Amino acid sequence: MTLLGLEFFLVLGGLGFGAMAVGVARDRTHPRRAGTAIFWTLLAVCFAAGKLLPPAVVGLMVVIMAVLAGARTVTPPAPAAENGPDRATEADRLGNLLITPVVLIPILVLAGGYLLPFASLADVRMVVPAQATQVALGLACGFALLLSSRFTGAGTPVAFAEGGRLVHAMGWALILPQLLASLGGVFARAGVGEVVANAVGSALPLHLPLAAVVAYCAAMALFTIVMGNAFAAFPVVTLGIGVPFIVREHGGNPAIMGALGMLSGYCGTLVTPMAANFNLVPAILLGLPDRHAVIRAQAPMAAAIWIFNVVLMALCVYRF
Amino acid sequence: MIKLIGILIVAVGFALRLNPLMVVVAAGLATGLAAGLSPTEVLALLGTYFVDNRFMTLPVLLMLPVVGLLERHGLQERVATLIRRSTAATAGRVLLAYHALRAGASTVAVNIGNHASMVRPVVAPMAEGAAARSGVPSPDKTAGIRAHAAASENLGNFFADDIFVALGPVLLIKGVLDAAGVRADVMAIAWWGAPTALWVLAVGWWRYRALDRRLSGGAP
Repeated sequence: MTLLGLEFFLVLGGLGFGAMAVGVARDRTHPRRAGTAIFWTLLAVCFAAGKLLPPAVVGLMVVIMAVLAGARTVTPPAPAAENGPDRATEADRLGNLLITPVVLIPILVLAGGYLLPFASLADVRMVVPAQATQVALGLACGFALLLSSRFTGAGTPVAFAEGGRLVHAMGWALILPQLLASLGGVFARAGVGEVVANAVGSALPLHLPLAAVVAYCAAMALFTIVMGNAFAAFPVVTLGIGVPFIVREHGGNPAIMGALGMLSGYCGTLVTPMAANFNLVPAILLGLPDRHAVIRAQAPMAAAIWIFNVVLMALCVYRF
Repeated sequence: MIKLIGILIVAVGFALRLNPLMVVVAAGLATGLAAGLSPTEVLALLGTYFVDNRFMTLPVLLMLPVVGLLERHGLQERVATLIRRSTAATAGRVLLAYHALRAGASTVAVNIGNHASMVRPVVAPMAEGAAARSGVPSPDKTAGIRAHAAASENLGNFFADDIFVALGPVLLIKGVLDAAGVRADVMAIAWWGAPTALWVLAVGWWRYRALDRRLSGGAP
């Protein structure tokens, strides 16, 4: 038996989404009240009760959330008229106390991740070892929240309102990584990896361990350039090249492969106009006459970083 | 080959700037149907994986109340003050300082700024100001400083968040490997992101120094 599990924090998150949904439903001034409230309600149910519902029902809820987002009906509420204390004065008053809680979180997570699996009370274990980091993060955030409330003199209700404001600001984008991982799962089950593996395997000499590493990192960068998003490229390339060749055929270390593969994808992000938010919008924002000036500045950096990733993976992935 | 329809949908959908959630769900449904599953089976598959991957959204959710509260009391203003107070003497050093600070905060999932909130109002003007101490730079050189300021934001933003165990990239790697039936430890994934994060700082140092050289040289 264990004291704290991931499910506890997921239910907590679900309650948070539920509170946001209620807030929107009661806000008569919200321009997209119905759509936004339904979106956060569905997400609340997925989080709090996802394990209890039939999977097909959850799947249908995911489809509805995607349609609501696509129809542009998920929008944040109007900013509150009262903006809280003057930020510049508060920044001067609090100084580095503002930074302390956020620096504490990763330290506590790291310590908790290693120590929590050993903690037990009689024969009740504190956590399941596989969930130790997640639980540590939950506890660290709780502690940081108490600390920040104390420093700022604001209560936790204010903190939850501010958290809700930030979640609203992220909107549907909040669940994009989760949905991309789900797409990876569907790809895996549908056998997309095998099709890519057969196509690439017949064209390139991937039975050579080194060639598999170079092909995997190159494919991560190229797919990212085409799709404009390393997170979207990762499932395809990893299921198609990484897992079948580097892990299964050559016995490579999946953690090293995944970490450096993702970082190789980011090199693609640095040079693609498809990632407009990062590469084109800043050029406009900074008043640069050449729309591709940022990409041009980043190209040598991307090359140097990509080569480093390939060399590191080639040296380490089959060794550790 | 028909199973690859999902990849095509993602590439075309993203290129057309359609809503990413809709594109991803459409790609999942089309791929499942193309693989011969029934509509109910595809929905069940999507639902199962969505529930299994809830842990990916959770960290952001847990941290936002803390970050929101601190932002309300001037977290970003404090960071801007720290950057302004830095005694960096050249444009390149200003950018390196911002890059390092941005990356450091990004490893703990804190966004100290972006192109609109930090680069345009704080970082780019400071770098230009540092360069102007040795004479007003030409428009071409100013454009070079600004492009590198945007690059320092992107480098600091992208490459450091892979070394914190509970953030999106690490959890996405874990989720995809899980789905493929391969076991990997989140701590190990996170640690193996660290060498590249340090290397990126070195690459930044190299490029910002090259920028300084061009600024102090006579060529436009």
